[in-house]
Amino acid sequence: MKAASITSGVQQEKQVGRRGVNLWRWGLLVGLIALWELGARLGWLDAFFFSSPTEIFRTAVTKWRTGDLWRDIAYTSASTLLGFALGTIIGSLMGLLFWFSRRAALVAEPWLVVLNALPKLALAPVLVILFGIGFSSKVILAFLMTVITAAISAWSGAKAVDPALTTLLFSLGAKRRQVFTLLVVPSAMPWIISGLRVNIALSMAGSIVGEFIASDRGLGRMIVYAGTTFDLKLVWVGVVVLSILSVLMYLAVVLLEKLLSRRWSAEQTTN
Amino acid sequence: MPDENYLSIQGVSKQFDSGGNALSAIQDVSFDIPRGAFVSILGPSGCGKSTLFNIIAGLLPPTAGDVRLDDTSIIGKAGQVGYMLQKDLLLPWRTIEDNITLGQTLRGTPRRKARSAAAPLIARCGLAHFEKKKPHQLSGGMRQRAALLRTLLTGKDVLLLDEPFGALDAITRLQLQMTLIDVWQETRKTILFVTHDVEEALLLSDEIIVLTERPGRVRARLSVSLPRPRTPDMLADPEWMQLKAQLMTLLLREVSAS
Repeated sequence: MKAASITSGVQQEKQVGRRGVNLWRWGLLVGLIALWELGARLGWLDAFFFSSPTEIFRTAVTKWRTGDLWRDIAYTSASTLLGFALGTIIGSLMGLLFWFSRRAALVAEPWLVVLNALPKLALAPVLVILFGIGFSSKVILAFLMTVITAAISAWSGAKAVDPALTTLLFSLGAKRRQVFTLLVVPSAMPWIISGLRVNIALSMAGSIVGEFIASDRGLGRMIVYAGTTFDLKLVWVGVVVLSILSVLMYLAVVLLEKLLSRRWSAEQTTN
Repeated sequence: MPDENYLSIQGVSKQFDSGGNALSAIQDVSFDIPRGAFVSILGPSGCGKSTLFNIIAGLLPPTAGDVRLDDTSIIGKAGQVGYMLQKDLLLPWRTIEDNITLGQTLRGTPRRKARSAAAPLIARCGLAHFEKKKPHQLSGGMRQRAALLRTLLTGKDVLLLDEPFGALDAITRLQLQMTLIDVWQETRKTILFVTHDVEEALLLSDEIIVLTERPGRVRARLSVSLPRPRTPDMLADPEWMQLKAQLMTLLLREVSAS
């Protein structure tokens, strides 16, 4: 009786705590926006440089109505997601396949480390010249940003497979291919999944930098164009839209993670 | 008479290369196991029992000697015998029933068929209603039951059990020993069972092989003629006590000799 009331008390306290945290989080956001608006109206902030939330919103609505904003959002999202998907799938496959050849893995390991350390964004001008100012150079840059980290995550996962489990599967008469599909791939899944969050952000950075260098569409191109014409309101629109977009993509990846880990993790709870 | 030497270990030695020095794990081990027998291997830790098992399981080539099953060499042929270890080694992302039927999955048996074949044994081994759970939701004893079932369901006639109950508490261990004997008496599999525990060996086996310290050799082979079913009240049986004393002396001499 007493124990029950204590646990329910603790739970209640926890719930109140969580609600309080959420309140503070949203409150801070609203407060900051209000402060920005107030600062711009009262002249604490230079409205030319910092614009104001209402001005930014108004500009965004105008741009949306002409269809420009929507087109740029679609362009940047598409290259980000495509680069992310290709990089994750090809990179993970590469990392996993190293399991079949210890030698290939040992040869590739220093290359992966060096390529990972290489600032791939510095290659952007070369890539734009190589692949043109169109869509493909953005996708390739986003792909390059993600493929190496994906390969490293997957290979780490493949390396971490419990050797006793490998022995067990072989003792049950498994072929190497079966050990790969039934053991190595699922074991490495948590590693691959944990790399997704980082990779979606990297992929977007790749797309935007590609658009910065040379492009006729996209949010990155919109920001650069607005900057060179001193249209700082539009720069702010670009920044805000990109922030919202990256948050949405992050949330989508978190959702994907949840779906994937429900399938692969040991911690599944049955209802 | 293939039944008397159904599983035949013939002069098996294994040396490992450890930094230039050859380290001998087992040396000239020979014994025959009759079909359907329950034989325990008892030895001090580090006597090369696991090495011997890996060789019999076809996972490790011996330096010398041969392992024959039903008069055919099984050196380097994995998947000929069932193998169970102290760790349950259940795949955490598969449900209990999918873990239990892993051997069938590997052979390409359809999932539904494998499951229905497993169902009666699942109930026998006390795992009914746990089929859809994941391994982490089960206690250590239940997980080891599932591992035992997986081994039984490989459909192999020879089972190698390497200290399968070593990590369990005394009560759970006793329950699993009873389940094992139950299933063995029904299926008449040939079982080779590694243990450190003299009492466990006496409770389960027809015969007990004592190995020496590294490099492992066969030190003695005793047959246990105690009637079955064996029960805990046999602990006071004179034959039991005499065998136990004999085995303890053998093991102790082994340890102090080195």
